[in-house]
Amino acid sequence: MSQVAADVPKGGFSFDLCRRNDMLAKNGVQQPSYRKTGTTIVGLIFKDGVILGADTRATEGPIVCDKNCEKIHYMAPNIYCCGAGTAADTEAVTDMVSSQLQLHRYHTGRESRVVTALTLLKKHLFNYQGHVSAALVLGGVDVTGPHLHTIYPHGSTDTLPFATMGSGSLAAMAMFESKYKEGMTRDEGIKLVTEAICSGIFNDLGSGSNVDVCVITKGHKEYLRNHLVPTPRTYVSAEGYKFTKKTEVLFTKITPLTKKAEVIEGGDAMEE
Amino acid sequence: MSIFEYNGSALVAMVGKNCFAIASDRRLGVQLQTVATDFKRISQVHDRLFIGLSGLATDAQTLYQRLMFRHKLYQLREERDMKPETFASLVSAILYEKRFGPYFTQPVIAGLGDEDKPFICTMDSIGAKELAKDFVVAGTASESLYGACEAMFKPDMEPEELFETVSQALLSSVDRDCLSGWGGHIFVVTPTEVQEKILKGRMD
Repeated sequence: MSQVAADVPKGGFSFDLCRRNDMLAKNGVQQPSYRKTGTTIVGLIFKDGVILGADTRATEGPIVCDKNCEKIHYMAPNIYCCGAGTAADTEAVTDMVSSQLQLHRYHTGRESRVVTALTLLKKHLFNYQGHVSAALVLGGVDVTGPHLHTIYPHGSTDTLPFATMGSGSLAAMAMFESKYKEGMTRDEGIKLVTEAICSGIFNDLGSGSNVDVCVITKGHKEYLRNHLVPTPRTYVSAEGYKFTKKTEVLFTKITPLTKKAEVIEGGDAMEE
Repeated sequence: MSIFEYNGSALVAMVGKNCFAIASDRRLGVQLQTVATDFKRISQVHDRLFIGLSGLATDAQTLYQRLMFRHKLYQLREERDMKPETFASLVSAILYEKRFGPYFTQPVIAGLGDEDKPFICTMDSIGAKELAKDFVVAGTASESLYGACEAMFKPDMEPEELFETVSQALLSSVDRDCLSGWGGHIFVVTPTEVQEKILKGRMD
């Protein structure tokens, strides 16, 4: 078994292909571009908790590769995290920490704290010296109250009443700086977050499509997926395309699928 | 030159009503020289799960072998086939493991899940998943495929119409890409059967 298990890794990065890829790079092969979330992500603290917001565009260079992706990631029942930067990194780092938090909750039997998530995230990012390029806005409500943090790819963190990140952060921050006030109500908060994201969507080319919002209060959360769709599709024809000439087929093979027999758990036991 | 353009490829998967289609071109090249015109980029993982690997062919084949190995281990241990969602997570994890020295390949995964619900998904070369409800594309012809699919896609297509749509989207897209083409290879999967077809296309 140990022989077989050798190819089933336990975790951690593998650097097997680095030499080959470096060789290719030295021979003038362009390095690949990764899927980025060119992103506007924001968060603010209001009267009863935290509101997070994000746009839903994913890009690969100048191409929009996903028009409605999810950038508000689950960390714990009371903690969510917005991610900007390389999509694979934000996804992997938030998934990893959320599983560590789950295990920690099983161990302690208590609600996770936002600082725990913050520490786990910044430790990982600092370890990789900025090579794991995830820029995050972390928000949640725990036993010590509402918290909002930003985390940079190199592992530095900020604790703020309102925060923005990603390529649209300047556009979004303009809205926050002019309109944020302390002790806002839930509706005022959602409105301001939506405005800030819209500002990113319309003024930053890396951000676009819809507005996702997540409201976290004490003991309660509300994930408003596609809270606002500011630019719905208008150019689609009702009948769609019709093809008159059939595609020329050279070869056809049809394999029928049979229903797999299912073993019913707790069925008749085998005779002795 | 990007390493993704070394061999050339075009991949597309589309969802219909309780069915899906996954298609690729048939060219294998070394930059502008065509080496093979019957190259297979789509493989069947189990009855109702397919994976297509675009990009550098050597990495696509290596990755394919590792994925099949892991899937067989799963089958032995669990005595069942992997769900498409699970398989997508496996591919994503294997790709992200090589975050700092990636395989130069971009997968497209398509399968029928529980209650014959179609599932399609694509990733970049380091495993950032993109789950789509309508269609996914990959390869050197991806830009033109995005456009073609965006215009031609309709929700809830029956298998026959789905086949026609995917075929036309693929063929018209590869005609605008030098590095892919030479016909198409398409699988249309319904709850009762798998139709495999080879399409005639331009030979230049």
